[in-house]
Amino acid sequence: MLEVEAGAKTTLHFTLNGKPVQAEAEARMQLADLLRHVLKQYGTHVGCEHGICGACTVLIDGRAVRSCLIFAAQVEGATVTTVEGLAGDNGELNDLQLAFRKHHALQCGFCTPGILASATQFLSEHANASERDIRDMLSGHICRCTGYTGIVEAISATAQNRKSRDKKQTSTEKDE
Amino acid sequence: MAASERWVGKSLERFEDAALLTGRARFMDDLEPAAGLCHAAILRSQHGSADIRSIDIAAALALPGVFGVLTPDDVAAMSNPIGNMVSRKLHYYPCAVGRARYFGEPIAVVVAESRYVAEDAVDLIEVVYDPKPAVVTIEDALAPSSTRLHDDFGSNVVHERTFRYGDPEGEFAKAAKVVSCRVDYPRVNSTPIETYGVIADFDAGNGRYTVWSNFQGPYAMHPLVCDALRVRGHQLRLISSPSSGGSFGIKHGVYPYIVLIGLAARKVGRPVKWIEDRIEHLAASSAATGRATHIDGAFDENGRLLALRLKQTENVGAYLRPPDPASLYRMHSTLSGPYRVRHIAVENKVVVTNQVPSGLNRGFGGPQFYYPLERMMDLAAKEIGIDPIELRLRNVVQTFPYETPAGSVLESGDYRRCIELALERAGYKELVAQRESARKEGRMFGIGMALAVETSASNMAYVDLALTQAQRAKQLPKSGAAGRARVIMDPLGAIIVHVDSLPNGQGHRTVVAQIVADEVGVNPEDVEVITDLDTFGGAWSITSGNYSNRFSTVVVSAVAVAARMAARKLRATAAKAFGVEPGMVQLLNGTASAPGAGNESVPIRRLAMQLHWDAGDLPEGVDGSISELAEFSPDTMTVPDEHDRMRSSLTYSFQCDLTGVEVNAETGRVHVHRYVSAHDAGTLLNPAVVEGQLRGGFAHGFGAAMLERVTYAADGTLLSGTFQDYLCPTAPELPDLDIAHYATPSPNTIQGAKGLGDGCSMIAPVTMANAIADATGLRDLTPPFLPGRLWQLLHGGAPDLTLTRPKAVPHDETGRELSGALRGRGAVAIEVAPQRVWDALLDPTQLRAIIPGCENIEQTSPDTFRARIRVSIAGIGALYEVQIRIFDREEPERLKLAARGESKLGFGRGEALVTLEEADLGVTQLTYEYGADVGGRVATFGQRMLDGVVKVVLADFFDRLRAHVRGEKPGGTVLQRVRRFFAVLQAFWGGS
Amino acid sequence: MKPAPFKYVRADSVEEALSVLAKFGDDVRVVAGGQSLGAMLNMRIVTPTIVLDINRIIGLSKIESGADIVTGAMVRQADALSNSAIRRHVGLLAQALPHVGHYQTRNRGTLGGSVAHADPSAEIPLVLATLGGEIELRSARRVRRVAAKQFFRSALVTIRGGDELVTALHWPRASSDLDAAFFEFAVREGDFAIVAVACAFERGARRMRLGFGGCGEVPHVVEVSAPSGTNANWVEEIARELSKQLDFRSDLLASANYRRSLATVLARKAMIASIEKARAYA
Repeated sequence: MLEVEAGAKTTLHFTLNGKPVQAEAEARMQLADLLRHVLKQYGTHVGCEHGICGACTVLIDGRAVRSCLIFAAQVEGATVTTVEGLAGDNGELNDLQLAFRKHHALQCGFCTPGILASATQFLSEHANASERDIRDMLSGHICRCTGYTGIVEAISATAQNRKSRDKKQTSTEKDE
Repeated sequence: MAASERWVGKSLERFEDAALLTGRARFMDDLEPAAGLCHAAILRSQHGSADIRSIDIAAALALPGVFGVLTPDDVAAMSNPIGNMVSRKLHYYPCAVGRARYFGEPIAVVVAESRYVAEDAVDLIEVVYDPKPAVVTIEDALAPSSTRLHDDFGSNVVHERTFRYGDPEGEFAKAAKVVSCRVDYPRVNSTPIETYGVIADFDAGNGRYTVWSNFQGPYAMHPLVCDALRVRGHQLRLISSPSSGGSFGIKHGVYPYIVLIGLAARKVGRPVKWIEDRIEHLAASSAATGRATHIDGAFDENGRLLALRLKQTENVGAYLRPPDPASLYRMHSTLSGPYRVRHIAVENKVVVTNQVPSGLNRGFGGPQFYYPLERMMDLAAKEIGIDPIELRLRNVVQTFPYETPAGSVLESGDYRRCIELALERAGYKELVAQRESARKEGRMFGIGMALAVETSASNMAYVDLALTQAQRAKQLPKSGAAGRARVIMDPLGAIIVHVDSLPNGQGHRTVVAQIVADEVGVNPEDVEVITDLDTFGGAWSITSGNYSNRFSTVVVSAVAVAARMAARKLRATAAKAFGVEPGMVQLLNGTASAPGAGNESVPIRRLAMQLHWDAGDLPEGVDGSISELAEFSPDTMTVPDEHDRMRSSLTYSFQCDLTGVEVNAETGRVHVHRYVSAHDAGTLLNPAVVEGQLRGGFAHGFGAAMLERVTYAADGTLLSGTFQDYLCPTAPELPDLDIAHYATPSPNTIQGAKGLGDGCSMIAPVTMANAIADATGLRDLTPPFLPGRLWQLLHGGAPDLTLTRPKAVPHDETGRELSGALRGRGAVAIEVAPQRVWDALLDPTQLRAIIPGCENIEQTSPDTFRARIRVSIAGIGALYEVQIRIFDREEPERLKLAARGESKLGFGRGEALVTLEEADLGVTQLTYEYGADVGGRVATFGQRMLDGVVKVVLADFFDRLRAHVRGEKPGGTVLQRVRRFFAVLQAFWGGS
Repeated sequence: MKPAPFKYVRADSVEEALSVLAKFGDDVRVVAGGQSLGAMLNMRIVTPTIVLDINRIIGLSKIESGADIVTGAMVRQADALSNSAIRRHVGLLAQALPHVGHYQTRNRGTLGGSVAHADPSAEIPLVLATLGGEIELRSARRVRRVAAKQFFRSALVTIRGGDELVTALHWPRASSDLDAAFFEFAVREGDFAIVAVACAFERGARRMRLGFGGCGEVPHVVEVSAPSGTNANWVEEIARELSKQLDFRSDLLASANYRRSLATVLARKAMIASIEKARAYA
């Protein structure tokens, strides 16, 4: 049983974007604030602090969750992925990010990291997502700039491209 | 250059995106620009209308980690009120001084080592309020007996003006038909996902403030803020944030917080960062004005619109805060809209109410104007017996340029063609057929259209329309719509462009790169665009900022002018080298050549280098290396004339929206079958960016039409205080928007582009309204068309039932109703005689035992009690200071009581009528009816629950009363409590 | 909006959690999924002395198939949605879960947390009540199972004692002749239901249980007997009759009369859907 007194700090160890990290924080600190102000990963944004706008969404153990509703103390031992962990090691944009740019799926970009996190989990679970499915998943995000059309197109295009890429791989393997 | 070679007009992927997609872009809360940065949290008023009796900050100051507290006394001592154009007697400080005038108004600022500690300290500040009746609606504000928000000013009507163009009275007199429409247009907030942010640092040594913020401009506010802070212009360095997460006008309202946080930094002697949270934003940032409009249209027998009469009453919230009354005047010179009407009478009023102060919002002033105009046109079509589309076609402007009665010049357009385009794209004939067959089946299907002239690049003189000509003559004239840009080519030939457009997501850097690439002959990748603004730098002016679509009009024109100056220098340098006339030099793909005169070419880069390194041998007419500052300031943007006519904007776009909808009578749900927007914004600089703007504008407009509203209870408590109650559209809610383009370039801008992106936000609400009216036959409707509101309208009820005081029961026998938004009644049978019950109700000693959570109660007079009660429901609890007054007593049968309680979490007030009847020997039937209001933070969060919570609190009280007089210990075992609870609840549900 | 300071306690076992609750009871707020509590803490609507985190208690995440389907309190809504035992044997819950919040909140939100929170519009309590399910409550002193009907007292009020923890939910295993349908009406997808109706129809016994959520303070369940050869008129009559019997809340989004209209519409839809599913077997 772990007990952290009010006002006291606790040291957390977890994996962030593939690397082990250590951070000290009061138990009550929101994970979003821990990532941003303690670990200086500013890509995750805070938009409402009551779990509705979705801007703060990150991946914990592969699942898209609101980092404003998770307290620092809860992240011990977890595997966390933020927007900073999506691109390649050389900073090259991954296929989802490229699709976002191609389909004009962002304008101010403030809500974008959260949507990328959700889409990352979603695409890993739904190879054949319909537009309806994508919009349903996006209901957990508020964007005030784009009207969502570009976002839906980008996610849909990524799904299609991954499917045909996987098909190609499978057929290549078949040939061998 | 061949069209295919031009970058302008291409949907180039944005340069901004890579950083945004990888989390490397820097927004306000990512900045730590000063060492020793502290954090601010703001104590805000829980009351919409209250005098502030006292503020005790001692406990807050004593909390470890707190560096200081800025109080209203400090603010009044250290600053001047922020000036407005109407009267010095309307004091607007960035916090409540003496009186809180809107829910969420800042009172004190705590500065501490972290936001967490600062909020802990805010909770320790004790404020004693003296609540006053709130003035919430426009009707309230106009009532002669209403509370005056500003004692010094003496009235809640802070501005009045009338205007007359042509001979409206004459035209109305001879009209064949006069059509009237009344609208009470609600307030909305564009709620960018990034909220306000201010970092302020005060250097006591030279009396200088340095401020970083995501203020969006116009920088006309800079001198205003300087005056408030009592410094001169060079003592307020205002630096923009590298990135801004959306604004849509709302981040204009950051400027009072620049004053407030600046003062906080000054007081504590440390740099202070304040990041607004969402609760703060929804309560106290800004919002569009609300407007009550009475519009009359005079028509001849052929449906020609002859004259308009407009009575507009604008609700600007608690203060007349600059730039308002601008939202009333921004559309003024186009009050004829897209129509040829020549005679217009206008009566304008501006009122203050206990609501958040107003400011810029998407479409600024457009939605409030087009809604009554386009509703009136539809009503006119019905009353005259002409198809609503035909009516519009008959009346729209047909020849361009067209001067409106109020002085605007619609420079180009083809409105009829655009309307036809909308009809084609929408498949209008199929929609009509669909409507017919739906109606045969008894379904409600409707078609609606609306038109808008979208004004862009506002002439700042329009704000002075609020003044009469005589008043204008007494002050410094204001005029102009300017953009500014600087194009630099550095010693290595790289191009850097500075613009003052302060984007918040609109892709300005990409579009500017495209324009410069075309003009200078390079590739967009070679151009770095800087949109950062620093008032210590050179590229800003008071027009700088992001508003009224100035980017795609005056800013890009300035960019082109500056780029052409750069190109001229490059051509001159190349011409000298080639031995040709400069006019023979072509700049393309990074190379200068003279195609008609030999094969010579030279890289443009080299020419730029030459201008730096070989400045002793400059070509004729070239004064130095390339650093070209250009101002684009059309001379047509002049002051109003003596007849209040002026050119209010540089360009005018046109939009026609058309929709086909079906309304479900049982649920009130509206299903959009088709929504088309035909749109003329002249030249499109980057089609993908354009489309993004249109879709975003549609999302705002559709949200305002169907979901969004800044909502206040009658006591001024904000009811739309979280994203659970202020409903923004998400992906499933937005119907597909089909966009059709038509382009009539503007002769007033260099590229021929007009402004765009606000059209749908201006007319989606009225387009939907017209379609819903067509479907349902409803005449008077105002947004948002939430299913519940629409259902109420369809079934003859008031759409905002819980906001208004219902006329029905409960009420006492004199007919005086018990006031309150939460109402109910109940009964309990108590097995003792009425006198016993009566005595218990009025005995403080017994009440102490009966009232759950009562820590203390004393009788302060024969009819009044004071108590301290811990009220806790489902673990949500707070300590309330309660005052109770008994009146109208008729012992032992009936009494009334009024109670009021206040805590940190909220406040409540209520009235109840309690009657005791001897139902049987030794059995009292106690019945009670109540009306109550709950306000403050708990009401904002738990609005859905309040009804139930109040019921439970009262039920619990009477249950305990019963137990007490029967000699049982109130409380008892869990099981007994549960059983008693159930019994009382059954009393509500009639034994179900 | 940052939470007020609290002592954070992370229990690794049910026993540890219960000992904390026994000692500190009403000063404790249990955090399961945190989707409701997190927001309330951030807004300082609640300021508990202790926040007890039960997310690490392994035993609470199981789904067991027995006479009943037993879900540990910490079963995530997303996991319940994709679980084959639930899809097969608690079909009504599988139909309701897509309506619960959003894709993202279901990753964290739990079945037990939703039941303990007892929002009057919540879908999971409604389904539990409609199916006649039970809540397992543990304290340091005892274990007890309470029928859903008794558990929910009022909006956000349950009979859970301050020293008790919701540890599991018991879902009656649907017999093969049970057809179920779930409908709700919300302003936006994922919003609180204004009205929700759950219908469980036993073909053989021709017994229909209808649960109404979002109407009053707690789920309201009624049982009706469906005559053979049920038709649209019968459905309409029952839907209207039931709606007349219920008491409806009123708030900013929906008047009582509007809720009544929605309840009628949704009851009709749910009944027809169940009956049609039943007919498919005939």
